Amino acid sequence: MNPKTILVIGGGISGITTAVEAAETGYDVVLIEKLPYLGGRVVKMKEYFPKLCPPYCGLEINFRRIRQNPGIRVLTSAAVTKISGSIGNFTVNIHTGPELINDNCTACGECAKVCNAERSNEYNYFMDSTKAVYLPHEMAFPYRYTIDSEACSLCGKCKEVCKYEAIDLSRKASETEITAGAIVIATGWEHYNAKKIDNLGFGKYTDIITNVMFERMIADNGPTLGKIVRPSDGKEPENVVFVQCAGSRDEKHLPWCSAVCCTATLKHAMKIRKRIPGSKVHIFYIDLRVSGRNEDFLKKAESDENIRLIKGKAGSIEKDKTSGLLTVTAENVITGRIIKQQADLVVLATGMMPVNPLPVIIPGDPFGYIDRSRLPEGIIAVSNTVRPMDVSSSLKDATAAALRAIQSIHSS
Amino acid sequence: MTVEKNISIYICSGCEIGESIDMEALAGIVVKESGIFTCKVHPALCSIQGTEMIRNDISTHSPNAIAICACSPRVKVDVFSFGDRMITERINLRELVAWCQPKWNEDTLMMAADYLRMGLAKIRNSSSPTPYLPEEVNSDLLVVGAGITGITAALEAAKAGYRVILVEKEKEPGGWARKLYRQLPLSHPFLVPEKPVIFQKIDELRSQEKISLLTSAEITGISGQPGMFQVEVNTDSEKLQLKAGAIVAATGWKPYNAAKLTEYNYGIYRNVITNLELEQMAATGHIERPSDGKKVSSIVFIQCAGSRDEKHLPWCSNYCCPTTFKQAAYIREQNKDASVFIIYNDIRMPGVYELFYKKVQEDDGIFITKGSFRSITEKNGILIVTVDQTFLGDRINIETDIVVLATGMEPSGTDCLNLQYRQGKGLPDLKYGFPDSHFICFPYETRRTGIYAAGPVRAPMDIASSMEDACGATLKAIQCIEAVKNGRAVHPRSGDLSYPELYLERCTDCKRCTEECPFGMYDETPKGTPLPNPSRCRRCGIFLGSCPERIINFADYNINCISSMIKAVEIPDEFEEKPRVLIFACENDAYPALDMTGLKRLNYSPYIRIIPVRCIGSVNRIWVSDALSHGFDGILMLGCKPGDDYQCHFIKGSELTETRTENFQETLQTMMLEPERIRIEFVEINDYEKIPQIIDDYIETINEIGANPFKGM
Repeated sequence: MNPKTILVIGGGISGITTAVEAAETGYDVVLIEKLPYLGGRVVKMKEYFPKLCPPYCGLEINFRRIRQNPGIRVLTSAAVTKISGSIGNFTVNIHTGPELINDNCTACGECAKVCNAERSNEYNYFMDSTKAVYLPHEMAFPYRYTIDSEACSLCGKCKEVCKYEAIDLSRKASETEITAGAIVIATGWEHYNAKKIDNLGFGKYTDIITNVMFERMIADNGPTLGKIVRPSDGKEPENVVFVQCAGSRDEKHLPWCSAVCCTATLKHAMKIRKRIPGSKVHIFYIDLRVSGRNEDFLKKAESDENIRLIKGKAGSIEKDKTSGLLTVTAENVITGRIIKQQADLVVLATGMMPVNPLPVIIPGDPFGYIDRSRLPEGIIAVSNTVRPMDVSSSLKDATAAALRAIQSIHSS
Repeated sequence: MTVEKNISIYICSGCEIGESIDMEALAGIVVKESGIFTCKVHPALCSIQGTEMIRNDISTHSPNAIAICACSPRVKVDVFSFGDRMITERINLRELVAWCQPKWNEDTLMMAADYLRMGLAKIRNSSSPTPYLPEEVNSDLLVVGAGITGITAALEAAKAGYRVILVEKEKEPGGWARKLYRQLPLSHPFLVPEKPVIFQKIDELRSQEKISLLTSAEITGISGQPGMFQVEVNTDSEKLQLKAGAIVAATGWKPYNAAKLTEYNYGIYRNVITNLELEQMAATGHIERPSDGKKVSSIVFIQCAGSRDEKHLPWCSNYCCPTTFKQAAYIREQNKDASVFIIYNDIRMPGVYELFYKKVQEDDGIFITKGSFRSITEKNGILIVTVDQTFLGDRINIETDIVVLATGMEPSGTDCLNLQYRQGKGLPDLKYGFPDSHFICFPYETRRTGIYAAGPVRAPMDIASSMEDACGATLKAIQCIEAVKNGRAVHPRSGDLSYPELYLERCTDCKRCTEECPFGMYDETPKGTPLPNPSRCRRCGIFLGSCPERIINFADYNINCISSMIKAVEIPDEFEEKPRVLIFACENDAYPALDMTGLKRLNYSPYIRIIPVRCIGSVNRIWVSDALSHGFDGILMLGCKPGDDYQCHFIKGSELTETRTENFQETLQTMMLEPERIRIEFVEINDYEKIPQIIDDYIETINEIGANPFKGM
């Protein structure tokens, strides 16, 4: 490990981008990710707006770039425990694992066939479960099975059937120390906990879900194998209400705008209309924040008379005990009328909040967003750790971060 | 030229391959047919023992090529790397055979044997590429446009140790940013508009010795290729001939022409002005009515004036909402008695700008309402703005001193680069004049290699975004220079060492390659002969599909090697009732999807044989006629979606395949074959569940039309 190495913390699409862009410019990179697989949030997405193309497509290219570049070292199931030193010469301690399955794994799948333990599936936002030994998803990188050590009963059957000496149930977590010239923080975002929004009934009524859950629902490898259904009875919904700014632009929750939820909802609305021809979609919003050229996407949604856009913030959601239907109450701020919209499925467009699990104090604002101007030299924060942004903006930011990291190495 | 190959073959029997295919029979067929003696079966080729066996063989038999018949080439890449000089062909017996075919079946064995034959044919007809290494690579960046984007790009490149030529058409650097009175808050808590950062940047620019700034300068021509661009620049005093390795196009934006906004009576009422005119007025310190110089005490802002509007700019410019709030804030700061009205469609203050919006909203002197603009009239020097559907009522009339139209941004375009390229002066656009790119996943990829667009020329954006964008584009420019130095391709086949080699003696000057290359790789002599620029090449191989004479090839991916793979397939005779369908699959999307079909253990017809291609657009007509004359009953092409929302990584590959359908059909007609013998399907990488259906449907079609009469001829 040399002090010219760039350490990228976070293996989502931003971290991946910073890592490959820097490595292809000729620098050594260590990319660390807390989960057993790369791809972060986008790998859970069915498709990107506005092109409606699958994230797997760009990830395939990026994974290939990683696979063939000896300058990139990927550490999964890893977390930073300590950072010391300064620009040009940081020492970083990393806690890895325990990874009970090693690189010998061929993803043959024999282990999962004999496993009796189950775990709740993080990849599908806990809407289904997998065996305790599992392949995270179809295009997992690294392409190998992993064991959820908390769910594993240590029965040892998987080890017995594995022909490739890939499983070691006694493996312990390890500590490593690396030296790096620059550090990029790409720890990304998580969605706001919808349970905190009392008036919107999430957690109380099963047919109220969040936008990230809905995204998994429309994916072929999601919990419903791509079917849009009411969680309560598995039926196709006819009336779907989207509640925009669920916990966003709200002093009590997230005071900022997450910049992506409006366009994501339009994508979801059009998907419902395409998959369920007799359906109606009702979107309650404060402002439709659909930026730049995505305006065309908004026009496309607006041209469908069964997608109703209502300017008004949803105030409450109640469930009718006999019919089981939900009623969303909102005021149309243009007409001043109170609207009570019945729905068999409600999707809350929850916002994004920064994730910063680092063991050092990172100067930021009261919301957890990092203030770049106050970071120590040689530490670069990127994309959703700095402000909320969509994939396209995140990637330009991530590419810029590769340059900043290279500059740090040059100046030190 | 391909050299004689000394090949070793390794077959893995792990991961169900050995349970699915008779290993002994397979090895027997291969040894017998190929005459290759080193053919070993191992229970886990990827294990330490497996790779050690291969390495031992390499040191004892010194093969120059090896065939690894195991899992997909997309996995265990590092395990099966035996150095750059060793041709290593991965033959996919796991995902494409064992995992998707019935076990221990005659057809399964035939499929595996064919894949081995195809792999060996490929090895024999390709060679390790020798990189294209130019004698002299220039490492300087040319940055076009010295607005906030261009200046940032230049400064950031200099900080990374690169020299920069910064070209600006105006007398002074700074662009629109220097005309501002205030700019949007750039840092936490995002509440106070700031003094424009541009002046500080200009000072930095003047003291940075790595940057040569040329003002009042015009680019009269850019020719050459990445690492070797020749740039001609005219300034007031001289004509310069410069060199650059890569280019950042920061040519900026222009405000939408307000003269077109007749519905707002701009140009008729002098007190109707644009947001930029207000900004410039504010910079002078006096916000006055243009008609009579009277101090302004009331202002109406009209958002989206000429934006989000099919008649004008169909897009949202992203900067107008924050700009209006900034202007409202400083107007109220300067004049506590001024009243401000903001009429909007949607308030778009994304991200943390929301905090600034909240702050402005708290000011009682600023009234903000959604509304649908109706008209502006003037009476006794006072403007009356009529607005429908507002929070105050269905129709309101607002009297005001001035009306400010929040007009949007239009890209300035890139024709001023004056590229002396066969395909035109600027960067090809996708829509509305913004340069074409994979704007979600790979935002900097333009269709001109080594030239990266940044700032509002690429997409509407504000100052903070433009500065970030400049950094990203600069990194890509630097990366391109470094790649050219090592003879490596840039995105998306980054690292690829092959490059197109032309056998011009047989060229007929048909110009198809020069017209069809999505990246404008070729220039042309006056006669129409292609002049290749290898470092502009993205290695997609679309020229393979373009060239009727088949004179352009890569060392490791060429007409012969694919033709030989096709011809290597053993075709059962008609009476065996085992049709054969050849699939050309895009290696970026369709091929991984096929792998995942295998992972899911989904079965499909055993009658297909798959050849991965760099891009579906690289399929040459000769491969089609080779396949049909060899006895294949049908050809299925699996490419990516074309159109406005194209998914092709090489932008035009799928589209070209569609337009070439006619050529393919012509081939069928000449051979007196049914049109159904070729089918093109556009699939996505996550269509793995649909693939068996697509394949089986096609096999059914082929069964209906019957066997290819050329079979056995």
